[in-house]
Amino acid sequence: MKHTLKNIFHSPKFVAGFVIFCGMLLFTVLYPLFVTADPLEMVGQGNFFKPGTYVSVKDSVNAPSYRLNITVKDGNPDSLLTDAYKADMQDWLVRFGGVSEEEIQAAADGGLVELWLEKYDAQTAQEGLLATKKRQIARMDGEIRNLAEDVDLILAKENENGELEETATVNSGQYINVKDVVNQRTLLLGTDNFGRDVMTELVQATGTSLRIGLIAGVVATLIGLTLGLVSGYVGGAVDDFIMFIANLFTVIPSFVMLILITYSIGQAARGVTLIAVVIGFTSWTWTCRSVRSQVISLRNRDHVNLSRLSGHSMPRIVLTDILPYVASYVVMALILQISSGILAEAQLSMLGLGPSTTSTATLGQMMNWATMYAAHLNGAWWAYFPVVFVIAMISFSLSLMNMGLDQVFNPTLRD
Amino acid sequence: MGDNRAECLRGKGVTKVFGMGNKKTVAVDHVDFDFREGEIVSIVGESGSGKTTLSKMLLGLTGVTEGEIFFQGRRRDIGSTKKKREYWKGIQAIFQDPFSSYNMFGKIDTVLLDCIRMRHKGKLPYEEKFKMMEEACRFVNLEFKELTNKYPFELSGGQMQRLMIARIFLLKPKILLADEPTSMIDACSRSTILDMLLKLRDEVKMTVIFITHDIGLAYYISDKVYIMERGRFVESGSAQDCILHPKAAYTRRLISDVPKIYEEWDLSTV
Repeated sequence: MKHTLKNIFHSPKFVAGFVIFCGMLLFTVLYPLFVTADPLEMVGQGNFFKPGTYVSVKDSVNAPSYRLNITVKDGNPDSLLTDAYKADMQDWLVRFGGVSEEEIQAAADGGLVELWLEKYDAQTAQEGLLATKKRQIARMDGEIRNLAEDVDLILAKENENGELEETATVNSGQYINVKDVVNQRTLLLGTDNFGRDVMTELVQATGTSLRIGLIAGVVATLIGLTLGLVSGYVGGAVDDFIMFIANLFTVIPSFVMLILITYSIGQAARGVTLIAVVIGFTSWTWTCRSVRSQVISLRNRDHVNLSRLSGHSMPRIVLTDILPYVASYVVMALILQISSGILAEAQLSMLGLGPSTTSTATLGQMMNWATMYAAHLNGAWWAYFPVVFVIAMISFSLSLMNMGLDQVFNPTLRD
Repeated sequence: MGDNRAECLRGKGVTKVFGMGNKKTVAVDHVDFDFREGEIVSIVGESGSGKTTLSKMLLGLTGVTEGEIFFQGRRRDIGSTKKKREYWKGIQAIFQDPFSSYNMFGKIDTVLLDCIRMRHKGKLPYEEKFKMMEEACRFVNLEFKELTNKYPFELSGGQMQRLMIARIFLLKPKILLADEPTSMIDACSRSTILDMLLKLRDEVKMTVIFITHDIGLAYYISDKVYIMERGRFVESGSAQDCILHPKAAYTRRLISDVPKIYEEWDLSTV
C-alpha cells in the first residue's frame, strides 16, 4: 500500500493533475473565508460590467483632495484617443484642413489634438464625405473638445428655497487618493447579466460542480462496482440478467436518458443532489462491464480457489480476494466518472435542464445565463470564458491523474 | 493392490463439458476411479488432458456435468455452502503456482489462522494459535517468527510452497489433492517439497492425489497410477504394472519422453 502510494506520487502526470485539482479545491474552500459576500448578491444594476475596481462617485467628491501638478491638460490628450479616432482625424486634416503629410507625421507623437482644435471647422465644405460621416466627425469633435477643455466643475447643493448654491469647485489639478474612498468594490471578473460578481459566483459554482461530480461519480462507481462484482463472481443467470440491464443502458445514449429523466422530474424537484444522483444512475454501465470482465478472470485464480477451500463465504471472498485486485481500476474509473459528471451537469444546464435552484450557482448555469444574454456577442468575455476555463482545467487535471494512475498500475504503458 | 483398504473417493462416469454447440469441449470424458484410504494416487497426462479440470471437480470447485462422485462410500453432497464447508474439511489442495496461490493483499498469518479457525471452531487464545502456527512452520523447516507479519511476495517460491504444506499440516484433511505442486519450483527445492509431502502423509495418514505430467516422478512416489489422455483414463493400475509394463501406446510415449542420462533422448512426438 505504502509502496503503491509512493509509486503513484512519483508519476509526474499524476502529480501535475493532483496539484491542479487540489489547488482548485483549496481555492474554493479558502476564497469564501476571505470574501464573505453572498455570491448570488446582485451587485450591479445592469448587465456585464467590465472587470475592474469600482469606486463610489459621491465618496470621491467628498474625499479629501490633493493638488498635484499634473493637470488634465498637461497629460497627453492624444493618449486618450482611440486609433480609429486618430486615423479619422489625420485623414480629415490632410484632406480638408490643409495640413501637409509631414506636419501630420510630426504631430503623431503628440499635438494631434492641438492641431485638430486649431484647424477643424464644421463649416468647411467637405466634398466627397457622406452626410453620416460628416455628422460622425462633428460628434467626434465635440468629444475631443470636452477632453481638452479645462473648465472647473462646480458642485452645488439645493438650499431651503430650492435654489442651487455653489459649495465647491473642482478643477483639473485636483486628485483624491483611492484609499480615501470608503465605498469601493473590486470585481476581478466583472459582473454577469444579473449584476452578480462573476469571481465570487465562479468560486461557489466550482465548489457546487465538484460536489455534483463527486456524488455522480460515487453513485455511478458504486452501482457499477456492485453489479460488476456480483455479475462476474456469481455468473450464470444472475450474470445474464445484470448484463441484460447493463446492455439496455449502454444501447440507449445516456445523455438522452438523462434529458428524459430530468425533464420528467419537473422543475420544482430538480436540486443539485438529485441531478447528481440522476447523472450517476445513467453512467454506471461501463464500470459494471469492465469490473465484471476483470472479476471473471480473477475468480478462477488459485488464491480465490484456496480461499473457497478455506471455507470463506462468498461476500468475504468478493471483498477480500477480488475487490483489492480491481481497486486500482475502480479508482481510475471513479476519477473519470467525476470528470464526466461535471461535464454532464454543464451539458444539462446548457439545455436548461440542470439543477433549478436560486440558492447556489453551478458552472453549467453560469454558461447557460451567459449564452441566454448573448455575452459572447456583447464582448463580455468575463461572463463565460473563466467558466469554460475552469471546466477545462477540472477535466484536464482529472484526466492527467487518471493517465498517471494508468501508467503506475499498467506497466505495459510505462515508457 | 491395496483394495482391502477403506474406500475414500470413487467416481463413476464423471464428465465435464464446457460450452455448447460448435464450441463444445469435452474436458473430462466418462472417467471411473477408485481411490483408497492412505494411498498415493498419481494422475499423469500431458497439458490439456483434463487433469486440472478433474481435480477441480474432485475438490467441488466446479460442477460435474454428468456422473457421480462418492466420498467415503456415500454419494458426495455439496449442495449448500455449509455442506461444502464440511466437505472441504476432508479434502484440501496444493496448487501448481505458489505465486498465485496467495492473496497478495493479505499477510501470511491470515492464511494459517484461517486453517486454525476452520478446524477448531471455538475461540482459542492467541498463544495457542501461535504455538500451532509455530509447530506447522517448524514441520516444513520454516521459522514462524521470521514470517509473521510478512506479505507473501516477500517470500521465495519454495518458501511459499512449503507454507502451503504447513497449511495442510494444520488442516489435516483426509485427502490431499496436489496439483503439480513442484512444477514451478527448481529441482533442489522440488525434492524437499516432495519429501515433506510424503512425511506429512505418514504423519496425518491421508490419501494423496498427485497430479503431474512427470511420469518418472509418479513412478517413484505413487502406489497407483492413472494415465489420462484427452479426458479419458487410458490405463490404470499399480505404479509397477503401469510404468514398467505399459499397455497403452500413450503411456509408452509418456515414458519415452522422460529424459534419461547416458541415453539419447527421443524427441519425436506422435
